[in-house]
Amino acid sequence: MSTLMTYRIEHDALNELIQELRKEKYNVIGPTPRGEAIVLDEITSALELPIGKTDEQSPAQYHLKDRTDKAYFGFSAGPHSWKKYLFPPILRLVTASGNGSDLQISDDASKPNEEEKYALFGVRACDLSAIHIQDQVFGDGTYKDPAYLRVRNQAFIVAVNCTRAGGTCFCSSVRTGPRARVGFDLALSEVIDNEHYFIVEVGTERGEKVMSSVSRRPAGDTEMEKADRLIRAAAQLTGRSLEPDNTREILYQNTEHPRWDVVAARCLSCANCTMVCPTCFCATVEDTTDLTGTEAQRTRKWDSCFTMDFSYIHGGSVRPSARGRYRHWLTHKLASWVDQFGTIGCVGCGRCITWCPVGIDITEEFRVIRETYLMTSRVSSTKEATHGNS
Amino acid sequence: MASVLEVPSDTTFVSAGPMVPRPFVVKRFRKETDDTFTLELEPKEGRSRFVFGPGQFNMVYVYGVGEVPISISGSPSTPGLIHTTRAVGTVTKAMAKLKKGDIVGIRGPYGTTWPVKEARSHDVVIVAGGIGLPPLRGAIYEILSNRKDYGKVVLLYGVRTPADILFKDELEQWRARFDMEVFITVDRAVSEWRGNVGVVTTLISKAGFDPQNTIAMIVGPEVMMRFTALEFIKRSVKPDSIYLSMERNMKCGIGLCGHCQFGPMFVCKDGPVFRYTQIKDLLVKWEI
Ligand SMILES: Cc1cc2nc3c(=O)[nH]c(=O)nc-3n(C[C@H](O)[C@H](O)[C@H](O)COP(=O)(O)OP(=O)(O)OC[C@H]3O[C@@H](n4cnc5c(N)ncnc54)[C@H](O)[C@@H]3O)c2cc1C
Ligand code: SF4
Ligand code: SF4
Ligand code: FES
Repeated sequence: MSTLMTYRIEHDALNELIQELRKEKYNVIGPTPRGEAIVLDEITSALELPIGKTDEQSPAQYHLKDRTDKAYFGFSAGPHSWKKYLFPPILRLVTASGNGSDLQISDDASKPNEEEKYALFGVRACDLSAIHIQDQVFGDGTYKDPAYLRVRNQAFIVAVNCTRAGGTCFCSSVRTGPRARVGFDLALSEVIDNEHYFIVEVGTERGEKVMSSVSRRPAGDTEMEKADRLIRAAAQLTGRSLEPDNTREILYQNTEHPRWDVVAARCLSCANCTMVCPTCFCATVEDTTDLTGTEAQRTRKWDSCFTMDFSYIHGGSVRPSARGRYRHWLTHKLASWVDQFGTIGCVGCGRCITWCPVGIDITEEFRVIRETYLMTSRVSSTKEATHGNS
Repeated sequence: MASVLEVPSDTTFVSAGPMVPRPFVVKRFRKETDDTFTLELEPKEGRSRFVFGPGQFNMVYVYGVGEVPISISGSPSTPGLIHTTRAVGTVTKAMAKLKKGDIVGIRGPYGTTWPVKEARSHDVVIVAGGIGLPPLRGAIYEILSNRKDYGKVVLLYGVRTPADILFKDELEQWRARFDMEVFITVDRAVSEWRGNVGVVTTLISKAGFDPQNTIAMIVGPEVMMRFTALEFIKRSVKPDSIYLSMERNMKCGIGLCGHCQFGPMFVCKDGPVFRYTQIKDLLVKWEI
């Protein structure tokens, strides 16, 4: 997707953009402060954005703080991700009615509803990559998820480039951010110096159409450079990193690494990491019947590989230990995902680190194992070299 | 990373939801053993021919109770749909209570098939443990209906006790054929049992086959499959001529729910039938 136009809009024109989307019948979903966190929910005006709010994040820690300015996007990824809308936590798949010799089955998941025409407002680059990863999971196989594709195909995406490094994220190392490059209708960069404005990159015709009703002017070179500088600075400031190359070799060769026992001793198997992760796609199906027994429903719910039931087969769970489950999670995210979908399943948003009650850090767990791998490959290559000399 | 959705919006390119079961009528319920039964099903509407390959499975939905993966145990070339199931838990016990005329939901067929085509002009050794026989029955039917295309055909079948032997009449018919060998072994014998006692791997030595030119197909508990495969390799059967069918928890059968992962594989779509060489490294690890 090539960038079409780039505009500058003043900060108060942001609300015009939201109203324009609402006029186009989009249900606008954006970040908004709720209780002690910035969550995603329906917003009806720019005033509902977390203006002047920021977050402090570290392993197992998340705190909302006030900023000294009136930034709309001066915070990082919160506990919610956009998968909540594209891949809802609870979705009715089918309703079956009657029983015995008569059974009517209705395809509930394929029925559109009005609310699901979403404008996702404020999608960070990492989360945009996560959406592309789930596009592959749900839309690229032999069997596709009709509900996902229906919602996804209508969704209008307003990306926001990060101009601030979060406390736990690591997008630049996994090459997903901080700048959104493809797959958006509009991408905003917020600039605050003595002025407060947004640079708006248009990504689609649809984006251009919406922008045509918003007060704007073509962006000037200096303004764009200023935004670029802020984004580059954010990349420099990220405190964590995860080396995304050779993850398969590293993890497949280290299934018996002692580090798995160390992390298993801490992991509570609470499944938080999988719930907050924007790429995790596992789901289960629950069956219920109404009281009279004349209607039965099948409902899809988010599931997690950290539960015992997840891998249960007659006789027991395939992964009864926390070690086995954590190893499966990390190995899926960083290694088997590559075999399955051609990319790692981690976009570096940092959510699993922040929301882990004991602060387990995916980058640290992987780093330890990677170091062993590098050491052993160094040792074996030295051995080979010595052998070659003798 | 480019989006994979290059499809213009509003285009409907998926018709019926892949999670929607199709109603099938129970035509016949047959008790095989104390805990195992066979259902003959027919679609409530539409054509009665159910097209599938041997080794594939369906997701079988019992109204209001749940849905489970069950292999198709009938012949690919005769009409109707046959499932043989052992009642072990919630859904399979509810299946055991089905009667003629009841309706179940079916999604499928899913998964990979036995290499019956590749096996032509080879000796074929089929090894089943317990409830592992139904998933292999479709392959046996296919091979027998094109019998002249194959070399030797041998079935090795292990069960816990003589009372657990499935498809007794059919086994007798197969045993009576001049072009098929059938060996059965039990873990625990009872006084009137005259046959073999011991694990199924002990039967391999009884089966005469040309190791260089043999295709082996195995279904049973994971450890049994692993040891059987090793036994074949010890006898010089080529590792990539050995096939086995894996079992994992399955909630969708179509590669979307994540439950059936086995290393990088989704058992529901990359399996359940795998070449031994595809999964041999995973089979020796715990909790994969
Ligand atoms: C590809 C495939 C083919 C199969 N073919 C047959 C067959 O032909 N005949 C037969 O009798 N059985 C077969 N099974 C096993 C059968 O699916 C399980 O016995 C069944 O799921 C048990 O469900 P339940 O509700 O009765 O048991 P519960 O113990 O109450 O199970 C609860 C849940 O755990 C899961 N589960 C439990 N046991 C298994 C298992 N062994 N495999 C997968 N998931 C399990 C299911 O999701 C089930 O809903 C097959 C399994 C797979 C994966
Ligand atoms: S694994 Fe953690 S850091 Fe990576 S995408 Fe998921 S939640 Fe974000
Ligand atoms: S990490 Fe676990 S929950 Fe997430 S997609 Fe993989 S198997 Fe599913
Ligand atoms: S059973 Fe759902 S992914 Fe395989």
